[in-house]
Amino acid sequence: MSRADPTFQSRLVVRHRVGRLFGAACLASTWFGIAVLAVLLVGVLWQSAGWLTWDFLTSFDSRHPEQAGVLAGLWGSLWLILLTALFSVPVGVGAAVYLEEYAQQGRLTRLIQVNLSNLAGVPSIVYGILGLTVFVRMFGLFQAGAKEVEVSLGVASVEIPLPLGRTVISAALTLSLLILPVVIVAAQEALRSVPSSIRQASYALGATRWQTIRHQVLPAAAPGILTGVILALSRAIGETAPLVMIGALTYVAGTPGDISSPADVVRNPQGLLQAPFDETFTALPLQIFNWVLRPRTEFQHAAAAGIIVLLVVMLAMNAAAIFIRHRFGQRIRW
Amino acid sequence: MTSIRSKARGRQTPVTTASASRSPQSLTRRFSARRAKEQAIRFALFLCALLSVATTLGIIYILVTEAAIAVRPGSTAFFQDVSLKEFFTETRWTPQFAEKHFGVLPLLAGTFLIAGIAALIALPIGLASAVYLSEYAGPRARALIKPILEILAGIPTVVYGYFALVLVTPYVLRPIFQDWLGFEVGVFNAASAGIVVGIMILPMVSSLSEDALRAVPQGLREAGYALGSTKLDVSARVVLPAASSGIVASFLLAISRAVGETMAVTIAAGQTPALTLNPFRSVQTMTAYIVNVSLGDTPAGSIGYKSLYAIALTLFCITLAMNILSQFVLRRFREVYE
Repeated sequence: MSRADPTFQSRLVVRHRVGRLFGAACLASTWFGIAVLAVLLVGVLWQSAGWLTWDFLTSFDSRHPEQAGVLAGLWGSLWLILLTALFSVPVGVGAAVYLEEYAQQGRLTRLIQVNLSNLAGVPSIVYGILGLTVFVRMFGLFQAGAKEVEVSLGVASVEIPLPLGRTVISAALTLSLLILPVVIVAAQEALRSVPSSIRQASYALGATRWQTIRHQVLPAAAPGILTGVILALSRAIGETAPLVMIGALTYVAGTPGDISSPADVVRNPQGLLQAPFDETFTALPLQIFNWVLRPRTEFQHAAAAGIIVLLVVMLAMNAAAIFIRHRFGQRIRW
Repeated sequence: MTSIRSKARGRQTPVTTASASRSPQSLTRRFSARRAKEQAIRFALFLCALLSVATTLGIIYILVTEAAIAVRPGSTAFFQDVSLKEFFTETRWTPQFAEKHFGVLPLLAGTFLIAGIAALIALPIGLASAVYLSEYAGPRARALIKPILEILAGIPTVVYGYFALVLVTPYVLRPIFQDWLGFEVGVFNAASAGIVVGIMILPMVSSLSEDALRAVPQGLREAGYALGSTKLDVSARVVLPAASSGIVASFLLAISRAVGETMAVTIAAGQTPALTLNPFRSVQTMTAYIVNVSLGDTPAGSIGYKSLYAIALTLFCITLAMNILSQFVLRRFREVYE
């Protein structure tokens, strides 16, 4: 058929028209996601109008919606993030270093990699059950609440309950297991991006493998690792299901170690050490969950204000991660 | 040898370190503190890597021993008290009533109803936006839109639950389906849960599919254009089939995420198990049931408590099967280009 064939021409016009429609449909789909995000944010802001006050940030929960606040949730989440980072970062970075630097590309390594991708897809509530059985109940090895080990550290003594029970540290350990696959993968990516010429130069100068890793590879990969860790922690801060499984209470009018303001840190150092083993704690998403489910609709406004606080915290963490990636990621010129 | 060394160093006393007891040219192993330290560090890092395997084994052990095979003397597992036949064929789930029935079908129906609605929303829209981002959008648009979609993915699930209960049901579902079309829309319903879970997994489908589409080499597209195809022909008939393994894998991963979703469905869909296809009434999913039991006072060791582990085992098996299937699809059907 020649190009001047009228059937071909008319069909071509139709094809182009359909093509443009298809392109418009794809564009509309993309905008759908963005529009939904905008509607969600605007809706939450509108619902929380007038409820996000300084009193809201500094008071505990209450039976009256006007007096409810997120102080307990903020402190609880802060403790959770600190302890989670403490556990997950060394183990995660260590595992990534092993997988990237030491491991031979054999069956065991492949098994670990496959296992990591499967772990990343396990629902968070299954991690909650894992944490419940391993950390809270410790497989039932100890009778509940029977033992408390006193560890005296010179200036103060800390009571560690066995089994660990519904303490901050059980929740932190569970969350660490939850974000461990994410941290490992992020650290692996960062380590992989360090060019091998740096390692080879270090070996050529007579360094051992650990010296190379410790002094050359890790500092070079540090911005990438830090970015991945912050993103993983910002995910952990929003996780509710494992905390519910651990048994963290939703209505709590106290903070771990009774520390509810920066002044308390100085006044009560004993509380600082005891806090991880405290059972009175809650987290920001847990408080939001509790408020959303309460039948009185006034609490919906408190929930909306709590959501704004949570989103602001997550936004700050993500912004910090992106800032670190931009500022320090390009410092090293290969 | 010792004397040669001491002479070289100008000392008269014999050198008595372990390294001097063999010749300098010896290649046999000798104890060295540095090497021991290296080995110790390597072992410690290996243990860190092994922790992930231990986590998986721990999950499997806990779920299996509480649900299927009891190992502690004196306690029975769930499936020793409740037959598999009753579990899979009974149509009522009432473990906390006086008259107990343990049929998992209502929970499965709730889970897959919500996952189905979510897939109906997320898969077409996610795929279409992936096509737009990879085929039509310029680099500036892509750099702007991708982070925004990532934000959607990062929003905590309780926020989506709030969104469903407070915004979707009263302002979207009720006006359309109750006031206009006459359906009965409950405060808790599966449709709002399905919609928000769909929005939640939308970025996952979009970004994974886009990676698959962009992995298709440019040469295929150019060959299509050279043969006189329009952009639609190339996108839909050349690129999409070429990337189909990655796209199917992303679908499976997204559905697996929807099945495992907990907080949004707990808030939005309620706590009444129902074997139904009606999306406007309250249903209970497997995950919502687990949350419900933990928030209550079920004593440890009771059959209600053990049902938790049985449901968790079912959930774990389903999501694991879907994840493994998606990896299999990705590996087996991937087109490898030059």
